[in-house]
Amino acid sequence: MVIAAIPAAGVVMLVAVLLIVLALVYFLVSTIVQLRRIAAGLDEVIAGVGEIVEKSAPVNGVVNAINEQLDAGVDLLEGLLVKKAGLSDAIGLIDSVYPGAGAAGLRKVPESTEVVAPRIGEVYTKGTLTLARLGREAPIAAASPAGQVLRNVEGGSLAARQLYPSVRHTSPENLPKSPVIGTDAPVQYEQRDDIGAPRKRRPIGRS
Amino acid sequence: MTLWWIGDAVLLLVIVPVVVYLLRGVLEAARSIVPSVEGIAATAAAGSKDLDAAALLLTTQDQAAQTVAGVANYGGSLDVIVDDAEEG
Repeated sequence: MVIAAIPAAGVVMLVAVLLIVLALVYFLVSTIVQLRRIAAGLDEVIAGVGEIVEKSAPVNGVVNAINEQLDAGVDLLEGLLVKKAGLSDAIGLIDSVYPGAGAAGLRKVPESTEVVAPRIGEVYTKGTLTLARLGREAPIAAASPAGQVLRNVEGGSLAARQLYPSVRHTSPENLPKSPVIGTDAPVQYEQRDDIGAPRKRRPIGRS
Repeated sequence: MTLWWIGDAVLLLVIVPVVVYLLRGVLEAARSIVPSVEGIAATAAAGSKDLDAAALLLTTQDQAAQTVAGVANYGGSLDVIVDDAEEG
């Protein structure tokens, strides 16, 4: 009865308004649902980021401490290398182990960047002599350090092996066999009576 | 009455499409954010898992200290048994 009193244009307007309200309800509710999903996702993000922050908090201090210790070790080794080999040979040795690293020089020796890396053969020769002096019973130990250069570029391995009394580098047909030990051994050694006995004491001299 | 019909026409042909268009744009924007947030959450979880080994840095620190101490002892011995380089 009320609708019958409204003109047709008014009914159309009511329908239009109703459509607008329905559209608002549908889209706004859908938007609210999506925003709730976003909020839930952000909660997971915050939890994950919180774990990252918690786990990475001590990393900076620990890494700095490790770097300080490694820096001390590097300074120690560089100083020892320069002291024992000299600056020129030290750069040459570094450049031989890490090609191109010699140009960077040593951290504690600024003038090391100006050193021209020497030939590595000189460094090896001195190193060989140093090892020989340390008592490896090599024939070179008796030789003069000022003698002929020992490192042969073409046959360096053989030259180095010939320093030792082994005969394997001569490629013999038969090498001495390993000795047989035990009660069934072909060669039985007599047991010495003095082994395990009290030491003989020298007579006390009278003054 | 004519003005009323004109108003109805404007309401149906202009206002309703504009309202629907704007609301649909907001909804699509909200929907587009959801996969991104879920991806960020998965990435944060993976990053957190990758940092599980960060605690081992404490062991690395101890081992680095022991290694440097060993190197220092070895260097001290080398300093004694190896001659210094000749100056000049």
